[in-house]
Amino acid sequence: MTLTLNPPRLVATDALLQISNVSKSYGAVNAVRDVSATVYPGEVLGIVGESGSGKSTLLRMMNLEEIPDSGTYTLDLPEVSGNLFDLDRFARRMLCAKRIGIVYQNPHLGLLMDHTSSGNVAERLLVAGERRFGELRARAQDALAASEFPLERLDDPPRDLSGGMQQRVQLAKAIALEPALLLLDEPTTGLDVSVQALVLDTLKRLQQERQITMVLVSHDLGVIRTLADRVMVMRRGQVVEAGLVDQIFQDPQHPYTQQLVHAKL
Amino acid sequence: MSLSSLTKPWQPMSYGFLDASAKREIRRKMLKAVAVPGCQMPYASREVPMARGWGTGGLQVSLTLINPKTCVKVIDQGADDSVNAASIRRFLAQVSGAPTTLDTLKANLIQSRHRIPEEKLTAHQTLVLQVPNPEPLRSVQPNMSIARQMHGDADYGRMWLQLYEQIVRSGRVMQGASYPAMVNGRHVMTPSPIPRWDVPKLHMAQHLTILSAGREKRIYAVPPHTRVEPLVFDDVPYRVEDHGDLTCHRSGARGFFMNEIPLPDGSAAHEISDSEYGVKTIRTRDGEAVETGDTWYINGLIEDAT
Repeated sequence: MTLTLNPPRLVATDALLQISNVSKSYGAVNAVRDVSATVYPGEVLGIVGESGSGKSTLLRMMNLEEIPDSGTYTLDLPEVSGNLFDLDRFARRMLCAKRIGIVYQNPHLGLLMDHTSSGNVAERLLVAGERRFGELRARAQDALAASEFPLERLDDPPRDLSGGMQQRVQLAKAIALEPALLLLDEPTTGLDVSVQALVLDTLKRLQQERQITMVLVSHDLGVIRTLADRVMVMRRGQVVEAGLVDQIFQDPQHPYTQQLVHAKL
Repeated sequence: MSLSSLTKPWQPMSYGFLDASAKREIRRKMLKAVAVPGCQMPYASREVPMARGWGTGGLQVSLTLINPKTCVKVIDQGADDSVNAASIRRFLAQVSGAPTTLDTLKANLIQSRHRIPEEKLTAHQTLVLQVPNPEPLRSVQPNMSIARQMHGDADYGRMWLQLYEQIVRSGRVMQGASYPAMVNGRHVMTPSPIPRWDVPKLHMAQHLTILSAGREKRIYAVPPHTRVEPLVFDDVPYRVEDHGDLTCHRSGARGFFMNEIPLPDGSAAHEISDSEYGVKTIRTRDGEAVETGDTWYINGLIEDAT
């Protein structure tokens, strides 16, 4: 007897992000080998893997910071078409600035430490062409409020903030322009467990309220389990297993995934 | 028969201190700079008998533009009689035979540091500004190659971020001198450390302005009739210094950029910063017939340039 299953509701729509057969090597090191991924609107894709498995490289490719040796990347957005890796530097920068938000593990990469927190968020709006001070201030405040940043510290530089708050500023900066895609590169690594839980709560709430499409990279299965709908397990630059979170974590097929799940649980 | 009867009488074969090839290079770079208003053109800054940082950039441009018939004026912070201005003026006259003047109206070539004269410049005049730091993006992007890329992309969001930060921290834009300005809607330039008061004088001006940084080896220009718009937020208007209602204690004139002179009792007197214009107002008040040109500011307000 053959069993036919209808695809889940999410899969029935067109994919927002499609990255196909990308490979990237740094000299002799193959960081990413022939990886493909699809993300549907409103879904959270988790990528797990050990250090050096190529998950961050893949995320940097999605943010167009890194151009692979081969492969294609498309986003289902009205203003772009075709392989995004073929865009020139300027078009790439404008696309990233307007439609893709990113939160780095290290806040120094994403924030200007000596500027005010609200200024960091405003920068994003300035790049997109906003030139009214009142509007900048109001929208920066809204974005910071949405990421549950304490507003009395609005104008403190990130340098003076705690790690959790720095991540919230990064998050506010990333969502300030209502991005089509939010990339999270180990957003909670390096925070202590209670702060980690609070930041995850914020991310979860934002995801539910705004239906933001996210790609979440983490080595922490707990984080992935809390946030992600689907998960991709990477090892040595390749995807070894992919599927729904529950399915992968309850019934891992690949020996590496089994190891990973057992190590965690 | 004597040797002198066989040769032509002596006459200078070159003038202006710089050799012909140096002048040629600077001329070419000036033409490029005029062709792309506000864009910085690198050039090989030559040695001149003056230390870097004392106006060598401006001096090289002046030496290139000068000829024995050019009438030269040199300004240092508005004054014609400071040591710097006097020695540059004397040097220019000595190496070119050009006549010098203090009068803005009579000058063809005006080299200046920190000020633009109060009297309007006209199409037959060229203003040369000395620039210490030509890169407006330096404060937001210390890496010069990335800064050049940002100029290429017209990626100037960070400049507004700087203004945003100033308003948030201090309640107003704190940038005093070197107020960044968008030239011809494309390149952001620093107009050299002139006060905010002087930046609107460059907008749609009749004269050619050439800005040159000798130490940093960059030339850029504002050709006549070019838009020069100081960077502002749409809802925070540009403000010049509040000098419109100050009175010059020497001439009694009002509505010009003033120097503040501290007095022993803690108060301050003011005098017109453009020294030659100040002298003219004093002589006019004393009943002399002095030719005074139109000024950019009238009663402390700038005319709407069109």
